[in-house]
This record gives sequence, C-alpha cells and structure tokens, in this order.
Amino acid sequence: MTTSNVPKKSSGNENNARIGVYVCHCGLNIAQSVNCKQVAEGAADTDGVVLSKDIPYACSEPGQQQIKQDILDNGLDRVVIASCSPRLHEPTFKQMVQSVGLNPYMMEMANLREQCSWVHMNDIDNATRKAETLVDMAISRARHLQPLNEETLPLTKKTLIIGGGVAGIQAALDLADSGYDVTLVEKQPSIGGIMAQLDKTFPTMDCSI
Amino acid sequence: MTDVGRHPRIKLLTLSEVVDVKGYVGNFDVKIIKRAKYVDETACTACGECAKVCPVVRPDEFNMGLASRKAIYSPFPQAVPSSYLINIKECLGHNPAVCSKCIEVCDKKCINFHMSDEEIVEHVGSIIVATGLKPYDPTELDEYGYTRFENVLTSLEFERLVNAGGPSQGSLVRPTDRTHPKSVGFIQCVGSRSSRKGGEYCSNICCMNTIKSTLVLKEHYPDMEVKVFYIDIRAFGKGFEELYTRSRKLGVQFIRGLPGSVEETENKSLRIAVENSATSSLEFHELEMLVLAQGMQPAPSTQRLQEMMGLQLTPDGFYLEAHPKLQPVDAATRGIFYAGCAEGPKDIKESVTQASAAAVRAIRLMHKGEITTEPITAEVITEKCTSCGICGQVCPYNAITVDRKNKQPAVVNSAACAGCGTCSAECRFDAISMNHYTDQQIIGQVDAMLEKAADSKILVFACNWCSYAGADYAGVSRLQYPANAHLVRVMCSGRVDEKFIWEGFRQGAPVVLVSGCHIGDCHYIDANHWTEKRVNRIRKKMSKLGIRPERLQLEWISAAEGIRFAEKMKEMEAIRQTVTGQEIAETIELLTNI
Ligand code: SF4
Ligand code: SF4
Ligand code: SF4
Ligand code: SF4
Repeated sequence: MTTSNVPKKSSGNENNARIGVYVCHCGLNIAQSVNCKQVAEGAADTDGVVLSKDIPYACSEPGQQQIKQDILDNGLDRVVIASCSPRLHEPTFKQMVQSVGLNPYMMEMANLREQCSWVHMNDIDNATRKAETLVDMAISRARHLQPLNEETLPLTKKTLIIGGGVAGIQAALDLADSGYDVTLVEKQPSIGGIMAQLDKTFPTMDCSI
Repeated sequence: MTDVGRHPRIKLLTLSEVVDVKGYVGNFDVKIIKRAKYVDETACTACGECAKVCPVVRPDEFNMGLASRKAIYSPFPQAVPSSYLINIKECLGHNPAVCSKCIEVCDKKCINFHMSDEEIVEHVGSIIVATGLKPYDPTELDEYGYTRFENVLTSLEFERLVNAGGPSQGSLVRPTDRTHPKSVGFIQCVGSRSSRKGGEYCSNICCMNTIKSTLVLKEHYPDMEVKVFYIDIRAFGKGFEELYTRSRKLGVQFIRGLPGSVEETENKSLRIAVENSATSSLEFHELEMLVLAQGMQPAPSTQRLQEMMGLQLTPDGFYLEAHPKLQPVDAATRGIFYAGCAEGPKDIKESVTQASAAAVRAIRLMHKGEITTEPITAEVITEKCTSCGICGQVCPYNAITVDRKNKQPAVVNSAACAGCGTCSAECRFDAISMNHYTDQQIIGQVDAMLEKAADSKILVFACNWCSYAGADYAGVSRLQYPANAHLVRVMCSGRVDEKFIWEGFRQGAPVVLVSGCHIGDCHYIDANHWTEKRVNRIRKKMSKLGIRPERLQLEWISAAEGIRFAEKMKEMEAIRQTVTGQEIAETIELLTNI
C-alpha cells in the first residue's frame, strides 16, 4: 500500500520568500461580504510575508502602481493578489509584476470574488473566514513558486475556417486581405450558408448576396 | 461571396469536411475529406448543358424542396464555386447502356465518374469555427400542423417563395392551388423560448425576420391582411424599432398570444385558435397561409467538432466562449475562435462583427510568426526514473518517450507537452515534476487549508478549464453554497496525484472532491480517464483500510454548469456532516502510521 512519498509538511519558508499580499475590495463586490482589512491584517505575520494590505481596486491603474512601487521599495520577490478569478486577471497581474522585473510566474492569486464573496453573500463571518484560508493557501503556494520562462515556437501563419456562411466568408476575407493564407472548408457544394437563401435582410432591407 | 472564390490567398474546399484536428496553437494539423463532385471544378464553365439532358429530377435543397433540380446541378445561380456537381447516389450511372447523357454533351469533358474523395492535410496556426446553425424543424410541434397542412410553411420556405430568384419568381403563391393568399399569418417563437420543444433560448432573429417579411408583403400586396402572433416583439437593435413601427403603420396586426391549435378548412386555409393575452379573450382567425418563424439550433456538426478539438458547449448546445464579456470570440483552447451562430443565435450584422473580431484575434496571435508557450510542462528527474514507461503510456499527447530496452530515463518533448500533469500523477517513483504545479506547491495549499479547523472543511480539486470555470460561473450567477468549500486549482484533473488525496485525509479533511471536465470533453484529450481510474483505485484502497470511500467523490462539472457545481458543494456538505470527529481521528492515525 503506497500512501507514502509525501514531502515533509511544507509550512516553512525555506526559499526565504519575500511576499507582498494584496486583498482587493473590488469596490463592494468583495468588500460587501468579506472583511478585507481583517483578511489583510491576518496574513501580515504569516511566514514569508513582508507586507499585507487591502486595496480598493487591484487591477486599476493606481492599484497596479501601488503594487509595483511596493515591489521595488521592499524588494518583494513574489506577490499574492487576493481578488477575482485568475481566469480573469491572471494575465494582467503577470504583466504587472513583469514590468518591474519579477518573473511572471512569481505571482499567485486567491479567488475571493467568484469563489467567495459572490457565493457566500450576506454571510460575512464565514466568507471572511474562507477568504483568510484562501489567502493562506495562496501564500503557502507562493512560497514554493519558481521562476519559469516561456518558450517560443515557430507558428504557421495560416488559418482554417470551418463553415462558409456569412461569418466564415467575412472572417476569410478579413484575414486574406490582411495577408494571411486561409483555407475555407464548407460542407455544402457552395459557400453562402443560410444567408444565401434569404431574400431581403433587416435592417437595411436589401438583398443578401 | 465571389471575392472568396477568386482571392489568391483563400483556398476554398467545398463539399468538404474536417475529420481530424491534431496539434496545438500555432501548429494544428487538420485532416479534411473533400468529397468527389465528379465534375472538374476548374474546367467546368457552368454552361448547364449537362443538366438539360439529365433525366433525374430531384427536390432542390436550396429552394427548400419547393423546386426541382437534376442529378447533375449547380447548387444555385450565384453559387461559389459555380461549377456543377453530380449527386452520385441519385445518378443513374455512367455505364453508357444506362445513361451517361451528361458526358456526351459536355464540351469541356469535365465530367469524370472515376473521381474519388480526396484526403487533404492542412497545416495551420489558428482555426475559426463558423459552423452556423440548423433551422428548427417544426414538424414535432404537431399543433401547428406543419407537414400535415400544405399551406403552413417555415420562414425559410416563405423566404424562397418571395425571392425573385426563387421557384415562383418572387410571387407569393399557396402551395396547394398556386393562388395569391389574401391573408398571411406568422407564428413567432417556433422552437424558441420553450421548455417543451426546441430551445429554451430566444433565437434572436425571428422577430425581426418576421417584421421584414411583413414589410416585403405589404410592399408587394398592400391590401393583404397580415397578422403576427407573438409573445414579445424583441426589436432591440439599431434601426429595428423603426421597422416595427413601419410594419404597424402599414396595417400589420400584431396579436399577443401563441395559437393553441391550427386546423385546415375546406379550401385549405388555416383556422387558428389563440388566446389574445392583451384582451384575455379566445379568438379565431382564418388565414390563407401560415408561416412558422422557426428558431435556430446548433449546427449538426457541433458536437463532433467539439469532441475533435476539445471545445466546450453551453447547455443550449452552442459553443462556449472563453469569457462571455471579455473574450467573446475566443475558445478556451488557445488558437481557436468562434464566428457567427456557432457561438449562439445572431443576425447577419452581429455575425459579421464577430467574424471580423475573430479574424483580428487570429491575426493578433499569428502576426509575430512565433508563439510563446506556457512553461507549465513536465520535467523528468532523471535520477529517480526507473524507465518503467508508465508516463509514456498515459500521456495523451505522446509527448514522452522512454527507452525501456536500454534503461534510459524518460524524455519529455516540451513542445508537445500540453501540461496536463497526468504523467506526474501516475509516475510511481516521483520522477516527474510539473512546472508551476509541483507536488510541493499543491501539498502546500492542502496543508494550509487544513491547518485550522480541518474537520469543518471541504477539499476540492478543480481543473482549470471546466470545474474551476464552473465554480466561477456559479459565482457570476450568484449561486450560493456552503462557505467551507475550498478549491485547489490544477490545470487538469489528471494532475491530482494519489498523494494529494491521502495528504488531505491525513491532515484531517472530512471529505475530498476531485472534479474535472466531462469524459469526452477533457481539455487534454482524454487525461480525465486516468483521473477516473485513479479515483476508483484510491476508493478501493480506502475500503480496504476501513475508510469510508464516500468521503472521496468524483464529479464531472463543465464550465457552463454553475448550478451543478453549487449543487455538488451542497451534497459534499451533506456528506461531510456524516463524518464524525472520531472517524477523522482514526483516519489520521491510520494514514500517519502507514
Ligand atoms: S482585481 Fe479583480 S477583484 Fe480586484 S478590482 Fe479588479 S476586477 Fe475587481
Ligand atoms: S449520368 Fe447521371 S448525372 Fe449524367 S445525365 Fe445521367 S443521371 Fe444525370
Ligand atoms: S513513469 Fe516515472 S519512472 Fe516510469 S518512466 Fe516515466 S518518469 Fe520514469
Ligand atoms: S504533462 Fe501531460 S501532456 Fe505533458 S508530458 Fe505529462 S502527460 Fe504528457
């Protein structure tokens, strides 16, 4: 029975990480269900955390400016942004840290909006507790982040378009006129799709072909 | 349309279908079957002599069967390409004794019965899915009598009848007696906005399409009685309200209520019963022709292509975009974009707008001529590798080679590795490390989560593409669920290593959920098969150890299934409540001493 191979409990800060934590209010989107200030204060004395703040809008220009300044002033080597889903703003914050010389993979997010404040509304105690745990989890992960470099690969400058109706035709012409090769695949013997069958079309009331 | 046919940069393959897509953003290999047309496309001048002599007469699809064509035909006058083709199933045969009439009359000698389907492989950097829609077939709505009563038409059939190039040269006639109808009724929302039949969604175009048709009618036949039966008229677009007003001014009657039944009268007119909800009275109307404003459904190829390319669908069956507001034309799979009705019902203007957007998104991706790949890839720790070969077997991308004979450690081709992490989870010797999702990083999250009040928590592993996105969708929809559910994000459920789950239980988790894309929808081809096998294996071990296997759950949750996600969280909480403190303590002890 193998349930072994588990590394030692990983709470230490063996990488000597210098982490900045930002708990975003997103206006009221997060702040109405999560006590952001409390979450930020709670994270402040976690291993590896150099500074921890709540912030009105992390993604806004002033928000990003502040974080970048903090990174430079405090020699932070990684940040945790506790805000919306990484599926939304991970690229934004990756770029942000990169612009002040951090590797983009040294940024970690905790999802306090889609997966906390919005799904535990009017439950400020439990939502705040969960937010604290989510931030702890992100910090723990952040301590073990490693810089990574993107590879570049050659790419074929050509597009396949599946379907030769009005949308496929328009996309094909836009691409081809911009100098890209296009292969347009249509199941029927002619392109044109449903549009070709129409007499007049709204709102202009003119012919479709 | 003709611009497409003659553009030097556009290769047009008609009567063709995509049958396989391999590869990844920047470098897709696409296999296409080009069906034989039996007429040489490049030589045919579309003189039409062949069709004149062809004895086979068939209903013409372009005219919705309201006209006929031959077995050798051009799809419609403005077709691109304009060349003729033979429907070989209808053709009598090329044996001279049987027919071959077309061959005899074709001066260009472009008819060739020995043509066969061609397989073409295209190497492309991006793909735009513009597969369009399928008009709803109202036959199943028996109460409207479509196909039972000949003068009940679909909107597309009507469209062909009022088209100057159509079977009646644009003069509207009743199919039964070829007379001009003096009254025409339109029924809205046929196959739309219904939980019973068709789709629950609004098909977007049918209101305006009907209004357009009423204007066409009033223009040609000012005295015609035109009635529209509707639930709401949705005329929200630019210039739309104006057309609606014009239609009403011209005397078109808009009657709020959908007919309950349609009957045919002796003279083949239609008698309909409708509850007018504006006046709350039951009304009867007799109309000489009835047009069903058919809704839109996903194109028949949608599911096949979805599986082939690992895309996702909304519950309606249309393609799901990466983000409904911010990435409306991107698929979650990098390098694939949507245009037109493939993504959802839309009108021509919106389709064109989206198509241009998709084209620009594709250009944005391709213009540099190179592509940066995410460094989330597998790395072999050669000292630990025993060359067992498991990783090579489980990798959905064949990105790992193991030279077992010579006992050489596994080698990952990082360009082919998509980063699912299955190899890392399946290697029994911990010899593969996943960049950005290392054991240490994930276990760090699990430990931090369970550090305090572990017994009150639900540990959830969610894949980035489906389940984590489904959880986000629950958030966007403000679906409420217990606040003790905590997600650990992984790229693929295939990454969820046995040891993460054991670690969860060892740290006192009452319940653990592993969630990923539905089987068949995995973003990494079929990596979730390994997830399923693994979870079953662990549950067996749990049984043997005397740990209740229900405490480990597996659920497939798609990016569109916010409701399912929220429901599963409630279910997890119900299971959690059955797990006693003693049970947790025993599990911890068992797993710590093993
Ligand atoms: S970072 Fe996300 S959560 Fe914060 S303000 Fe911006 S959108 Fe809102
Ligand atoms: S050989 Fe076939 S296509 Fe040609 S004329 Fe005869 S039936 Fe028509
Ligand atoms: S599964 Fe692990 S040990 Fe086996 S060949 Fe692959 S890396 Fe080596
Ligand atoms: S991470 Fe997935 S794609 Fe990459 S080598 Fe391992 S199994 Fe293959």
